[in-house]
Amino acid sequence: MSDIAERGYALPDVLVSTSWVQQRLNDPDVRIVESNEDPLLYATGHVPGAVEIDWTRDLNDPLRRDYLDKERFEALMAKNGIDNDTTVVFYGDKNNWWATYAAWVFLLFGHENIRIMDGGRKKWTDEGRPTTTERAAPAATTYTAPVRDDSEFRAFRDGVMKHVVEGKKLIDVRSPQEFSGERTHMPDYPNEGALRGGHIPGARSVPWAKAVAEDGTFRSADELRTIYQDGAGLAPADDVIVYCRIGERSSHTWFVLRYLLGYPNVRNYDGSWTEWGNLVGAPIEK
Amino acid sequence: MPPKLQELLDDLAMFPDRADRIEALIGFSREYRHPSPEEVPRTETARVPGCESEVFMGLSDGRFRFAVDNPQGVSAMALARILEGGLEARPADVPDDLVYQVFGRELSMGKSMGLTNMVRMVREAAKAS
Repeated sequence: MSDIAERGYALPDVLVSTSWVQQRLNDPDVRIVESNEDPLLYATGHVPGAVEIDWTRDLNDPLRRDYLDKERFEALMAKNGIDNDTTVVFYGDKNNWWATYAAWVFLLFGHENIRIMDGGRKKWTDEGRPTTTERAAPAATTYTAPVRDDSEFRAFRDGVMKHVVEGKKLIDVRSPQEFSGERTHMPDYPNEGALRGGHIPGARSVPWAKAVAEDGTFRSADELRTIYQDGAGLAPADDVIVYCRIGERSSHTWFVLRYLLGYPNVRNYDGSWTEWGNLVGAPIEK
Repeated sequence: MPPKLQELLDDLAMFPDRADRIEALIGFSREYRHPSPEEVPRTETARVPGCESEVFMGLSDGRFRFAVDNPQGVSAMALARILEGGLEARPADVPDDLVYQVFGRELSMGKSMGLTNMVRMVREAAKAS
């Protein structure tokens, strides 16, 4: 894949290369954050100085289906040596699936100074760049967060229902089998999580991994426009909601549309199919 | 519960702290020995469904063996080592919630299902034999 600057992204600064990250390993204004699906990976070796943010333990409220609140977010930032001006670089396994999820949660708290390391953990290790098993222990900081504001980037079921009625654009990033209703979970996995199979009425199917090239880096803007505009009928001015099963895969597509293609009105519906597929009275299509 | 498997779970239970348990599981993954294609053929019938770490199961020298072909599949290697070390050739009463007992609740559904399918495949093979 070509240099990031040559790929024609709308907001290219948010995506950084592995070499960019390596040059900033000792930069006190940069905090590198690894966020994985596999909880063992960080401890087996990570980018030197990187802290780990675990999506279940760190980002979710322990008692309600929601993300952490202002106080917990401030504590998480302080513990990980992040202040309000820190540039936070996310990377992880699964082609940055979980890294974009973590970045999306940071944005709900208005921490806009974020970057995603293109190619994620796999590219870093494939290139033979340095790793360490030493857990980072940055000096604690003071962080002041606003009350979490979900309005710009997050969609809820009532808003999704209104979106459907108004005929606005929805992108379903799950597998084709989940979209068609053949399955309610990923292929080869047991059918769990939703009573019904299918998709939200009007949604178009674009599996999230289409945005990623063979080497794990993001596809060029032209390639992404072919997928999302020519293939799925989106236009930059559209009001778009993306969803999957619980909102993690769709945060990856949310990042692609919001930052790489520059769509200003994209929201992630993290209730996703586990909510919609179980919701009494909600219409579905197969 | 097979006695050797219970011993391994008892060992893990000595690490209530998450970081310590992760280190213990990584220790298991490091003890894992990657079998050759002669020991565990990489066939479609041997493939563990839904496991993104490219895992295959076979029977070698009368014991279950797992081939974890993805070098990033650390959790799969740890579970493979536990299953290989904790089971006899015909395992009885392998608990349904073994993955939960080993890894705790902090797994995504996708990851959890891939690992659970390793356990299910052992149970089905044991029943069929």
